[in-house]
Amino acid sequence: MRQFLIFVKKEWLHIWRDRRTLFILIWMPIVQIILYGFALTNEVKNSNIAIFDQSRDVASKAISDEIAASRYFNLVKNVYSYKDIGATFRQGKIRMAIVFPENFSYELLHTNNAQIQLIADASDPNTANTLTNYAAAIINDYQQSLNQNQQLPYTIKAQVRMLYNPELKGAYGFVPGVMALVLMLVCAMMTSIAIVREKEMGTMEVILVSPLQPFRIIIAKTVPYLFVSLLNIISILLLSVYVLDVPIRGSLTLLMAESTLFTITSLSVGILISNSAKTQQAAMFASMMSLFLPTLLFSGFLFPIENMPLPLQILSNVVPSKWYYIIIKDIMIKGLGFTAVWKETLILVGMTAALLGISIRKFKIRLA
Amino acid sequence: MRMLKFLLQKELKQIFRDPAIIVILFIMPTIQLLILPAAADYEIKNINLGVVDHDHSDYSRQMIEKITSSGYFRLRDYSPSFKQGLKAIETDKTDLILEIPAHFERDLVKDNESTLFVAVDAINGVKAGLGGAYLQQIIAEYNQQVRMQWIQAPRMNPQPAIDVTSADWYNPHMNYKAFMVPGILVMLVTMIGSSFASNNIVREKEMGTIEQINVSPIKKYQFILGKLIPFWLLALSVLTIGLIIARVVYGIVPVGSYLTVYAFASIYLVAVLGLGLLLSTYAQTQQQSMLVSFFVTMIFNLMSGLYTPIESMPMWAQWITRFNPVSYFIEVMRMVVLKGSSLGDIRFHIFIIIGFAIFFNSWAIFNYSKRVG
Repeated sequence: MRQFLIFVKKEWLHIWRDRRTLFILIWMPIVQIILYGFALTNEVKNSNIAIFDQSRDVASKAISDEIAASRYFNLVKNVYSYKDIGATFRQGKIRMAIVFPENFSYELLHTNNAQIQLIADASDPNTANTLTNYAAAIINDYQQSLNQNQQLPYTIKAQVRMLYNPELKGAYGFVPGVMALVLMLVCAMMTSIAIVREKEMGTMEVILVSPLQPFRIIIAKTVPYLFVSLLNIISILLLSVYVLDVPIRGSLTLLMAESTLFTITSLSVGILISNSAKTQQAAMFASMMSLFLPTLLFSGFLFPIENMPLPLQILSNVVPSKWYYIIIKDIMIKGLGFTAVWKETLILVGMTAALLGISIRKFKIRLA
Repeated sequence: MRMLKFLLQKELKQIFRDPAIIVILFIMPTIQLLILPAAADYEIKNINLGVVDHDHSDYSRQMIEKITSSGYFRLRDYSPSFKQGLKAIETDKTDLILEIPAHFERDLVKDNESTLFVAVDAINGVKAGLGGAYLQQIIAEYNQQVRMQWIQAPRMNPQPAIDVTSADWYNPHMNYKAFMVPGILVMLVTMIGSSFASNNIVREKEMGTIEQINVSPIKKYQFILGKLIPFWLLALSVLTIGLIIARVVYGIVPVGSYLTVYAFASIYLVAVLGLGLLLSTYAQTQQQSMLVSFFVTMIFNLMSGLYTPIESMPMWAQWITRFNPVSYFIEVMRMVVLKGSSLGDIRFHIFIIIGFAIFFNSWAIFNYSKRVG
């Protein structure tokens, strides 16, 4: 035990004395959570639009004003021909153009039927869709205001309630995702590099001839990173509650316990990578390819998993972050208890056990 | 000049004699380009619907059928009470609940009005917003249908009505891959360019081989150029492979010209490689340099508009994206490939990237010291 503690101390000094790395380890998650918590959002707002108004009458003016005043749109340009619209699109200045035909108001009041054309830049399909919907809703409101007093017969009303996140804020979905991303990065990448570094430097030999068991060597390597990660979790949670206004609705103890579990999972991934990598560069690229991208893609926080082709959906099940993301979302945002996440927890425990088992078996006590 | 030639020879040999690097440089991006776009599909479809029907009338059944046959919704849960419907949302089985109150049909016919309740899982704001909007649209259509059964439609609209038509330019089939593939390609090229270049120099530092270079008559700029040119060529070849994959696998043929893409890419790479070199002058160990370039690449990627639109970011974040070279290339790539923008259309982007290139590279040369410690 004493030997073990001495090893832990050695690893700790490694991290502690490399101030630059420590600095990054502590600050990276903080910067990230602030940056992404605020900036990464799929909400569509402030989209630049142009208006091509061929009639310039009361009604077209009123609708243009309504649209320009909404927080979704930002009127940047008046254009005067379809050709102009194309040119503006190609310069990337606008996302949508609204076209009023000639005699808009006249048609509206006399034939009771007028047309508006919305031209969206569909190179980004989602934004195009959302913008079209928003603009149509604003136009619809205007139309309703024209025939205010008449109550239509046989009306079905729909009362829509947004659960968990009534303001549709992006941060609610992203904070749990960034937590998974940061923990995976810090734990897995840093431990794998730390171990491979000893190999590359040749100091591994010294450790291997020491009387300590290989298993203990590995554990000793990871303990300091476990502490750094826990520190990171705490700082992320504090930030999300006090800066991003993302609540912790469920039990904090459960949240911490699950995060610790996930940290251990990530550490075991790191150990496994370090076993097979020979150089730090290889270890880093292996971490990047097998951790960073899969976490980003398959945890479900950026892209819906149910849209993916079936093979990828199946593949997503082996990514630990996916399960962690579900757990954190359930506990933090939905406020559910352990009964809702026991299955995911069990999967993580199983993964951790398997990963640790493989890495201990594969740990070589001889140098190649 | 001769000196530079020798340096280039050395670098290229070093790169091509390391089989791992070749794999990482060429095979990894190919695989990623094949997998990522399939995964990064953010189209809102397949919304899982839960229904709580207290009415069990003809109308409620007709409406549910209309909703499920729209193509956006999949009926996943049919619960007797709202509480049980909510359970389905909690377990992620459904995304939204439509609750039809008792006497829905009777109220509609007798009182001329009936109210439905919709509850949406809004953790993913966009999906919730669009899902709710689609549902309301379908309900409104159904409403119109019901009205028609009861009232004779007048020949002319009784009230002023505005007919909104919409056109989707540049990507009429709303192909999400056409949007993602060019962006992902930029990300791959950037990652390879910057992190490889920065690692390369730090590795020489760590191995001690940089001292040999320091005591040689090689000038600073020669050393930097010798590091820059090989990676510049490698990144351009990765870009070429990527464009071929985009064309062959995804059928994405740029509306604009390939020449525009390459012209921009060659300037862009100088900027990105310069940044990589700059980072390497500050790092002492590979671990540090990897961590830093990782951090930088991650911020660059997520703040580039690749995954989420830049306009939606708060003002200060939009300012940050202006200092992010990646965001310019992604925008240019999408403009050229999808909209056919010409060099003239992207001239501002080009000026800005030239600025970045000069800035990063002169800083890197300035900061590279031939002294140790």
